[in-house]
Amino acid sequence: MAPPEDPASREPARPGAPAGPAVSLEGIWKAFTGAPVLRGLDFEVPRQNTVTVMGGSGSGKTVLLRLTAGLIKPDRGRIETLGVDITPLREEALLPVRRRMGFVFQGAALFDSLTVYENVAYPLREHATLSEDEVAERVHRLLARVGLRDAVDAKLPAELSGGMRKRVGIARALVLAPELVLYDEPTAGLDPTNARLITELVESLKAEGASETALIVTHDLDFAQSVSDLIAVLIGGRIAQVGPPEAIRHSTLPEVQAFMAGKAP
Amino acid sequence: MGPRAQHIAAYWGGLALLTWEVFRNAWLPRRYLPLVVAEFDGMGVRSLVVAGTAAIFTGMVFALQSAVYLSRFGADLYVGPLVGLSVLRELGPVLTAILVGGKVASGITAELGSMKVTEQIDALRAIGVNYVKRLIVPRVLAALFVFPLLTALADFIALVGGMLIAVFERRIDVYLYWNTIFYWVIIRDLVTGVGKSFFFGVIVTLIGAHNGLAMTGGTEGLGRATTATVVQVSVAVIIADFFLTKLFLLL
Repeated sequence: MAPPEDPASREPARPGAPAGPAVSLEGIWKAFTGAPVLRGLDFEVPRQNTVTVMGGSGSGKTVLLRLTAGLIKPDRGRIETLGVDITPLREEALLPVRRRMGFVFQGAALFDSLTVYENVAYPLREHATLSEDEVAERVHRLLARVGLRDAVDAKLPAELSGGMRKRVGIARALVLAPELVLYDEPTAGLDPTNARLITELVESLKAEGASETALIVTHDLDFAQSVSDLIAVLIGGRIAQVGPPEAIRHSTLPEVQAFMAGKAP
Repeated sequence: MGPRAQHIAAYWGGLALLTWEVFRNAWLPRRYLPLVVAEFDGMGVRSLVVAGTAAIFTGMVFALQSAVYLSRFGADLYVGPLVGLSVLRELGPVLTAILVGGKVASGITAELGSMKVTEQIDALRAIGVNYVKRLIVPRVLAALFVFPLLTALADFIALVGGMLIAVFERRIDVYLYWNTIFYWVIIRDLVTGVGKSFFFGVIVTLIGAHNGLAMTGGTEGLGRATTATVVQVSVAVIIADFFLTKLFLLL
């Protein structure tokens, strides 16, 4: 039996890689306790792009992200993630697709009984066949990359600030060199200084190609305009407009203009 | 179907689905075996005091009650077998499962529930980890070993408790106490009780896990789920005991 693929050794996408979108959502409907959140949403994330979905609170941004990762199922519609139709897949069949992604949760979702080091090493221990030295090298390199010194290695998540937890979450999401990274409100709950640090971190990770594609959901307009190749505005359960940041800022659509001006829909 | 009936159907359906998923994923990779060993400590070693305390006082109470009423018929020399049969067949496995099971299952509910509230279970799923294999199967496998061992130990401690009352309070000869036990109690009695404890261990663990994974409502919901687990474990063990007793009597 062939050994399982070691995702830690996976090379970044090269020219000639599949040309289809990294994410494709078609006709997505999703309701919670009878109240529809997404209403026939159609949306694509081109590969090698950083796409930000913006919308008001409760507009369904996080729902969209969770659908993309297969953490929840749509009521109707079709979802293709990294070239795989995940709509009909059961939990076990989704696992190989998820190993090609990284997910940065809004609250970081660190494993609270594990140290920072063990949190970042966790995906490597589960999916990669590396020596302990190789694990340590990769973990420390990523922690340094997100601006955390070795001194935090032994700390538990409860001993970290919100910004530090978020950075550990980013490091954990990147440790397997994913093709797609999903960010859920990366600057939410952070003070302006930490929000700026996270913005700069995501910008620099994008610049050095830490992942091929990124899908971010946020209501932070400054963050979105700093890091995005494309911005999609989610209003009324559908994507109202997709375009470069400048196009969205100068949108002629009334609902997008109202959203950008901070007015209630 | 009213909301209450829907809620009950959803609960039993969810529990059945989880049971199926646990059995489907029962084969663990080697790197997860330390998790099973860790559960031996959490479920077993840390429950010794609870199980032992309950067992010794159960044995003492049962011996006391038995001796008083048997002495009316001049049959108090049968205190030993009465305690032995009752403890080995019923009291040992059932009380151990209820007391230890309530403790273990509520702990599982609390841990998994808090992981759910803080999105740690979603994080496991997003990393591409089979959370049933990682979080639940090790506990079920550990329970298969721990509950029978604890039951056997509790049985012995309860018999010792019965002996203390029989010998020191009722003035029954200690050798008579043990000889009558070994004369009247057969291996089948021990096997029946320990055999039930395998099932109790699985039932307890699955209820605890299901309630933790299914909880809603944040920290208040976590409190409700943990309390409900203790109640449900007690009721489930008692109901299961009836059917298991019928089963073992048929075998």
